[in-house]
Amino acid sequence: MIIRSKKSSDIPSSEITPPEVYLERRRFIREAGLGLATLALGSTALSNEVAGQSQEIPARFRTIKSELGEELNSYRDITTYNNFYEFGTDKRDPSRNSGDFEPKPWTVSIEGHVNKPGNYKLDDILAPVTMEDRIYRLRCVEAWSMVIPWYGFPLSALIERVEPTGNAKFVRFETVYRPEQMPAQRTRVVLPWPYVEGLRMDEAMHPLTTLVTGVYGTELPNQNGAPLRLIVPWKYGFKGIKSIVKIEFVERMPTNTWKMANPFEYGFYSNVNPEVSHPRWSQARERRLPSLFKSYETLMFNGYSEEVSHLYTGMDLHRWK
Amino acid sequence: MIHKTRIPAFKIVLWVAALAPAAWLIAGAFLGWLGANPIEKVTHVTGMTTLVSLLVTLSITPLRRLTGWSGAIRLRRPLGLFAFFYAFVHFNIWFVFDQLFNWRLMVEDIIERPFVTVGFTAFLILIPLALTSTKGWMRRLGTRWTKLHRGIYFAATLGVVHFYWLAKAKADVRLPLLLAFCLSLLLAYRVSGWLERRRRMIARPRGSSAG
Repeated sequence: MIIRSKKSSDIPSSEITPPEVYLERRRFIREAGLGLATLALGSTALSNEVAGQSQEIPARFRTIKSELGEELNSYRDITTYNNFYEFGTDKRDPSRNSGDFEPKPWTVSIEGHVNKPGNYKLDDILAPVTMEDRIYRLRCVEAWSMVIPWYGFPLSALIERVEPTGNAKFVRFETVYRPEQMPAQRTRVVLPWPYVEGLRMDEAMHPLTTLVTGVYGTELPNQNGAPLRLIVPWKYGFKGIKSIVKIEFVERMPTNTWKMANPFEYGFYSNVNPEVSHPRWSQARERRLPSLFKSYETLMFNGYSEEVSHLYTGMDLHRWK
Repeated sequence: MIHKTRIPAFKIVLWVAALAPAAWLIAGAFLGWLGANPIEKVTHVTGMTTLVSLLVTLSITPLRRLTGWSGAIRLRRPLGLFAFFYAFVHFNIWFVFDQLFNWRLMVEDIIERPFVTVGFTAFLILIPLALTSTKGWMRRLGTRWTKLHRGIYFAATLGVVHFYWLAKAKADVRLPLLLAFCLSLLLAYRVSGWLERRRRMIARPRGSSAG
């Protein structure tokens, strides 16, 4: 659910912290990381060095947990274990191959059944909205999961601003197509590019549906979908389309990329559902990283039933995968 | 006097190459380079190594015939056993970390999902082959040994299908297709040899019995 942070957290910590305190904190983080490293195999909770780059993590994340009392995954795990096929299909590929990607400047094209279509600069999109930390579980369709402190704003705020008309029944999203900066886009063997995702209008307007620009209160790294990505916490992770350049309001249900690639295995809705198995594996359990065991019982709608189950009353969720 | 047996260089190369993936995984588990999901990494690497070892094992006979290097045959048993070793680790990692030591969960998975059924069957086929790989068993079983060990053709085929199905879920089937191509060449070599022998057998017996 929504965890609102204090007002001061809206400002990047680097702008408000004097360097002495800054360095002291860096030492704390390093030590905290080392201490925890001995507890968890290959994972350091607050350690934040990725590929030699050090990312400052605001202090509020030292104690913060999910609404179910779950620990946050480390910055390192969140930013080095990614599915972002545009940069390669191995989990390490996105963090290794996204160095040349340029997330600035960024423009999003708003199209379709809206009163205010056009090319919106990202800064312009962000100007009127209130940014907040949102701690959500991310459940991948591959049966692993993490708890991630995203930084973003409700998609509904943008939708209200562009005024969809009565014909807007679905929202269709598109990832940027830049084969020169996204090496795996140079081949179409794996997936057809650009990546496409979609939501029903009421799903898109739901307060949990978030447009994300950051993680751990800092700028979203390229491998996590910079500079703007979607998070729909009650759906499998692949619904969270990354590096969005186009948001289109349409009348018909759009075909999302994974459904296009393999219609027998992936559907449009892709709600987290422990009762509907993937043909290759059960979805009843998941590996809550950094745990080694696939022992965490998957929750209906990823634990957000109370908030979202009303969206699907009367729908056969075995059929509408 | 101590009698020193010289270990041939190609055997050393084989052992180093075959143990390299295991060494890399063990080192990675301690030094943390297996990433956020080490179990997934270990499962993928051991599965892949099993398949590659099986294909290399199957290429020994063609290699020997085509090059005339008779020493190659001595690589076949250790290669096959390494394939079994990696399959054994692969299966156990899955049983312990994914199925949580739970027989009921495991059996359910094997029955319900063809992807798992196929992989598990391949593993089952390899067990008697590993057990009967010694010289003693070879002697005891005689011609039946050759027949039994043809099981590797089925194990390798099922293994590649298993890998293909997994890769299909991830939309990237390039690697399993490459393995399938190599396997089909190796199987085609056997089939053509078998056809050749049959042709000769049909052509010959009548003439020789005429006397």
